[in-house]
Amino acid sequence: MSEHTETALGLTESRSVGGRILRNVVHLLVLIVFAGPLLALLVSAFGHVKDPTQLSVIPSGVTLDNFRIAFDQGVLTYLLNSFFVVGGGLLLQVAVSVLAGYALARKVFPGMTLVLVAVLATLMLPEEILALPLSLILSDLPVVHFNLIGTLAGMIVPLGAWGFSILVMTEFMKDVPRELEEAARIDGAGDLRIFAQIILPMCKPALGVIGVFGFTMIWDQYLLPLLVSTDSSSYTLPLALRTLRIDPSVTPGVVMAASLLALLPSVIVFLFFQRSFVSGLSSGALKG
Amino acid sequence: MSLDQAEPAAPPAAGPSPRKPGRRDGGATGLLGRSRRSGRWWTPWLFLAPALILFLYFKFIPMANALTMSFQEVQPYLGNKWVGTDNYATVLQSHGFREAAWHTVVLAAGQTAGSMALGLALALLMEGQSRRLKIVRSAAFLPVVVPLAVVAELWRIMYHPTGDGMLNSLLGMVGVGPSGFINDPDTSMASIMLTGIWRGAPYDMMIILAGLTSVDRGLYEAAKVDGASRWQRVWHVAVPGLRSVFSILFILAAIRGLRVFTEVFLLTNGGPDGSTEVVMTLIYKLGLEQNRLGVGAAGAVLLFVATLILTVVVQLLRRRESK
Repeated sequence: MSEHTETALGLTESRSVGGRILRNVVHLLVLIVFAGPLLALLVSAFGHVKDPTQLSVIPSGVTLDNFRIAFDQGVLTYLLNSFFVVGGGLLLQVAVSVLAGYALARKVFPGMTLVLVAVLATLMLPEEILALPLSLILSDLPVVHFNLIGTLAGMIVPLGAWGFSILVMTEFMKDVPRELEEAARIDGAGDLRIFAQIILPMCKPALGVIGVFGFTMIWDQYLLPLLVSTDSSSYTLPLALRTLRIDPSVTPGVVMAASLLALLPSVIVFLFFQRSFVSGLSSGALKG
Repeated sequence: MSLDQAEPAAPPAAGPSPRKPGRRDGGATGLLGRSRRSGRWWTPWLFLAPALILFLYFKFIPMANALTMSFQEVQPYLGNKWVGTDNYATVLQSHGFREAAWHTVVLAAGQTAGSMALGLALALLMEGQSRRLKIVRSAAFLPVVVPLAVVAELWRIMYHPTGDGMLNSLLGMVGVGPSGFINDPDTSMASIMLTGIWRGAPYDMMIILAGLTSVDRGLYEAAKVDGASRWQRVWHVAVPGLRSVFSILFILAAIRGLRVFTEVFLLTNGGPDGSTEVVMTLIYKLGLEQNRLGVGAAGAVLLFVATLILTVVVQLLRRRESK
């Protein structure tokens, strides 16, 4: 702790005994309040099955029984469904966003403002509010007449276009120097080539940001899978938690074991990409 | 083969002038170069097509359908009947909907205020560069990335209403009797709010921390030299610098609060005794359980209008303030 950057409360640089104690107490409290429940989840997922209600941070021995029971209840299928949905959804979302971002950032065309406004408008249209009509549309897509209800595709395709990642890509692609593009054009490269070989490789950091956010967003989906799935064979893991809990033969330890599997991927992604996650979060929020 | 090489000179009628602002029209390549730079008029639309089609199908058509449905009695297989504003009248006069709207506002306000106050406190207490602070902040941020469904199941178990439930045994330690939490109509709303604050405060903390980095450090120093106390530094230096951060957090949290669904659906599903019924759980029940799609759509449209008004009002206030 060598930095002496001034802060509003001046807590960090306070060197007195009282200041140090206060600092430790604050950090401990924060950990107990915010990480404590997750620790309790971890402990009870590996804890013994016999205790039906108690959730505790004190381990009562380590066992995999809860996971074994959870797998007997079909958790593997739900987990695979979740992976399939997040994999497909993310691929589609990233592809759609980079394509749209290219047009919005590197082209000037009539109607561009309208498109930008439309993209922004989708961000103000909460999916919850569209739930009812969306469930009708998914059962019979206009013009093409597909029925997506009961399919994993129905949980993927509606997430393909996300205004947030389109806007992130647009902003980022605007910063690629014009000269690179001009040079490529003089060499005879067309739009597809410029997009794939010049612009896209320079957008790796932005790809990281939309990848992390897209993953978290899709993994956290609840209402859409709820609308789409008809029976448990197409449940994603978050959806299955409720079915598990309602089953009277299943103990909280088993629900916590399944919950651990449901939260692990997003926690891993967060820990690995913390930097781009937090910076993307604040730049997104501060820019509005 | 590139898209714009096939045709050397773009037909002049196809689009407006190929000249673009901010671009030098190099003379060397002449006509050919101009068409190359602009591409065909439909090139951008080709790149935009996937996004626009998906938006059309899953955002704009549903929105338009919600609007029309809200004026109709929706009867699958029988054809919809136009009923004018009947659905809206039904919704607005229904006791259940007004209750749910009130609960939604209370929940949104409580969660927003709680998360922002706690987030500010956390940010001020944990502002700094040390390694340990970064680790503590990351740990505190974890609730934000935990899927909502997991948050709800976790807190359901923590809220177990008997004395040996996790939170109740904590309460027992300080000599307070077991609480019913989400099972008791008196405490159910506060319990959901608490869960929401737990998940929302670390998010607000991170955004406020980012905002604090833009406050000029020298101002703290100067205030200190002038004899300002810690609280005066917070109140007169840090908080004013955070004004725009607060207004954005407020909009985001309030909208999130108004459309709340998953937590409530999983924690209480509106119960006990309808004490936590919010607009979205009610709409879900109307539409998907009772098949009263028109009434549900009217409720959804009203909810949308409310979020829209809120956003616009806050933006206007912000603009006036910054003048």
